[in-house]
Amino acid sequence: MTAGPVLDVEGITKRFGGLTANEDVSFTVNQGEILSIIGPNGAGKSTLFNCITGFYRPDAGKVLFRGKDITTASAHKICKLGIARTFQIVQVISDMTVLENVMTGTFLRTYDRKKVREKAGEILRFAGLYEKRDFLGTNITIADKKRLEVAMALGTEPTLLMLDEAMAGLTPVELREMIGLLRKVRENGVTLVIVEHVMEAVMQLSDRVVVINSGRKIVEGAPADVVRNPEVIQAYLGDRYNAGN
Amino acid sequence: MSEQLLAQLINGLLIGCMYSLIAIGLTMIWGVMNIVNFAHADFLMIGMFTSFWLYTLYGVDPLLSIPVCGVLLFLLGWIIYKFVVSKVMTGPALAQVVVTFGVSIFIANAAVFLWSPDFRMIEKPLLQGSWIMGPVRLSIPKAVASIGSIAITLALFLFLRKTKTGKAILAVEMNRSSALLMGINTERVNALSFAIGSSLVGIAGAFLSMYYYIYPQVGGTFGLLSFCIVALGGFGSIEGAFIAGILIGIVQTLGGYYFDPAYKYAIVFALYLVTVWIRPQGLMGW
Amino acid sequence: MKKPTVLQAVFYAALLAALLAFPLVVKGTFPTHVMIMVFLFAMMGVAWNILGGYAAMFSFGQAAFFGIGAYTSTILLMNYNVNPWIGLVAGGVLAALMGAAIGIPCSNLRGHYFAIASIAFAEIVRIHFNNWKFVAAAEGLSLPLLPDSLKNFMFHSSKAPYYYIILVFLLLSVLICWYISTNRMGFYLRAIKESHELAKGMGISFVRYRLYAIMISAFLTAMAGTFYAQYILYIDPESVLILPISVQVVLVAMLGGAGTIIGPVIGAAILLPLSEITRVWLGYKGTGVDMMIYGALIMVISAYQPQGVWGYLTSIRRRAK
Repeated sequence: MTAGPVLDVEGITKRFGGLTANEDVSFTVNQGEILSIIGPNGAGKSTLFNCITGFYRPDAGKVLFRGKDITTASAHKICKLGIARTFQIVQVISDMTVLENVMTGTFLRTYDRKKVREKAGEILRFAGLYEKRDFLGTNITIADKKRLEVAMALGTEPTLLMLDEAMAGLTPVELREMIGLLRKVRENGVTLVIVEHVMEAVMQLSDRVVVINSGRKIVEGAPADVVRNPEVIQAYLGDRYNAGN
Repeated sequence: MSEQLLAQLINGLLIGCMYSLIAIGLTMIWGVMNIVNFAHADFLMIGMFTSFWLYTLYGVDPLLSIPVCGVLLFLLGWIIYKFVVSKVMTGPALAQVVVTFGVSIFIANAAVFLWSPDFRMIEKPLLQGSWIMGPVRLSIPKAVASIGSIAITLALFLFLRKTKTGKAILAVEMNRSSALLMGINTERVNALSFAIGSSLVGIAGAFLSMYYYIYPQVGGTFGLLSFCIVALGGFGSIEGAFIAGILIGIVQTLGGYYFDPAYKYAIVFALYLVTVWIRPQGLMGW
Repeated sequence: MKKPTVLQAVFYAALLAALLAFPLVVKGTFPTHVMIMVFLFAMMGVAWNILGGYAAMFSFGQAAFFGIGAYTSTILLMNYNVNPWIGLVAGGVLAALMGAAIGIPCSNLRGHYFAIASIAFAEIVRIHFNNWKFVAAAEGLSLPLLPDSLKNFMFHSSKAPYYYIILVFLLLSVLICWYISTNRMGFYLRAIKESHELAKGMGISFVRYRLYAIMISAFLTAMAGTFYAQYILYIDPESVLILPISVQVVLVAMLGGAGTIIGPVIGAAILLPLSEITRVWLGYKGTGVDMMIYGALIMVISAYQPQGVWGYLTSIRRRAK
């Protein structure tokens, strides 16, 4: 494995017309860690996410994946290199079975149908979805779809897994299960970057947290430190707690 | 500018105005429901035949048939929506694409069956002949049809902006689920838009019957042309369709004049393919 | 993959035997002709299905590929004395290249947008052939009559050889479709059908796989075109390049069940006899009637049974389990 960080984001800037969604955002992700990107709605988290995964092309800055410049690589090539992603609005293939959904992912590394099927089965067991392997994608619950999306991403054998709000809308039980699943994913050597709103998950999972506000990175650090940071409280948590109380 | 070119430009402009009128109904349906009415130009044919039979059987001038066509096609549109199109709105994508194709084939061939595939014309409409202004011959029915087309586009524009129903239609066009949340009856809006879109093309049919051949397959060419216009103008954009209609009329006329008349439609279709390649959202769309 | 049961194996073997025996047992040329048309359109339906059924690229322009196939082999035979079998491959390759040429500008188009673009493309081809002196424009081409032989791809004394050739073509198409659907490409096309975003996120180059699908579909459809030219021995733009051919292909696939391997075959088996018989039965008096029935069928299927016959049977079976 290459030395140095898995992902190195250097000075990403992305504009849409007159609106600057990301300005000069930099951070690194180390091998085997779980990094969370948080920030209030509209802060530019998803834009950043899409710039890294090749869905948007940044106007300035660089993205290095294991030392290789992927700033201008297309999304499917980035996946092939080893960065898998999920979507904010959950996306599974609705007229395929759960197993076939995962197989679509595992086909990335081999043509061999038998191997693909076995591998997909393993991943489904790992994700706790094996019992539902013959259900159609459209017929499972949102929580199962979110799990399935993670399983599909794992099928592509990523080095780095990027999750866009994988916890949103889950019940407390489902949330615990998802956190458990992601921990297992990390134990298997996959590095994780999660964009998340659910603070409970962020606090439990993250090694480090990057806070984005108005398109800029304002703070980076351990979760416990970040939540005590006055700037963060004002920009993000403050709003929320004030509104809540 | 040579006189020939001027004459061609004016001719293209007149044809283009008619295209605009045909296309705005289509773009409205498309924008509101995200459904392409492939039978749109067959509704045009029904409008033309309505005008033709009213003239042939009862001596009614096409000018007077305009409101009749408008009302008749409004009803036809409503019926087709209720009994056919609404059934596929939640169905698979393929069904949504092909359903109106079925309507189109059915209507066009029912017309062949009922009235034979012959070409017909309205022999002596009230409006005929041309004004000769220097080098330019201005066909009177075409000119009147163009003015009518502009007037109707404006009326539709005002209807959508100023009336409550019109605003509801625009709201659904912008965001269906929010409109539903705000208590707009989207099903009714669908039916209404489909009916209004059909009504507009029926009116276009009455205008067109004053100077164009009337035959069951007349929809074929006009249909594809109006899709190109809608795509060019930006899907769902009425002002876009209006401008694109005129543009296509001019491109077609000049292309036919300078290149080869047999290829005038091919040029338009090629223009369409280039447009969706470079700007899938259309010239004026977002 | 599931192994077929003994009962299924027996059924398919019996079906194949019946199909092989058909022209020997049934007298008269008309039934054989109808069967040939069934196989021809079944083949085109299968080819369409790779595009429309699996990847949701609803092409209404298959007639362009059909016509290119028919014209390429015919022109090669007439002007350059090239064997029709080589012409068949050349037509397929040319159609695949045309498919790629149209596929690239349309690589982001979905649903209605793709459908309209495909019609526009096919119409350009039709208009061009109607005016192209090199291919005799609207006059059309009559194929030179060669002695009966498989090598010449021409048989005057009996329709049976045509029957077997197109049956083999159909089986080949079904085999290709089956292979695609059970392997990587089939999975990828279905992912692309769901959403381009999702496909990209799973490492799938949707542009490339869509191109593959168009090219394969175009190749097979062009093969059908060459067959048609060798069978009818006369082609003109208004018989091989027109929209109704494209529509019939879509209808065949949809009636049987889009996105299933066997669906288009079932669709053709129902539709083509219906259309050939109404045409003969009603003759010129019935101008438009067969197409009216088509139109009505399309409306009814899309509104009430969009999964097609095969899709319906599968859903019943699933419920029964």
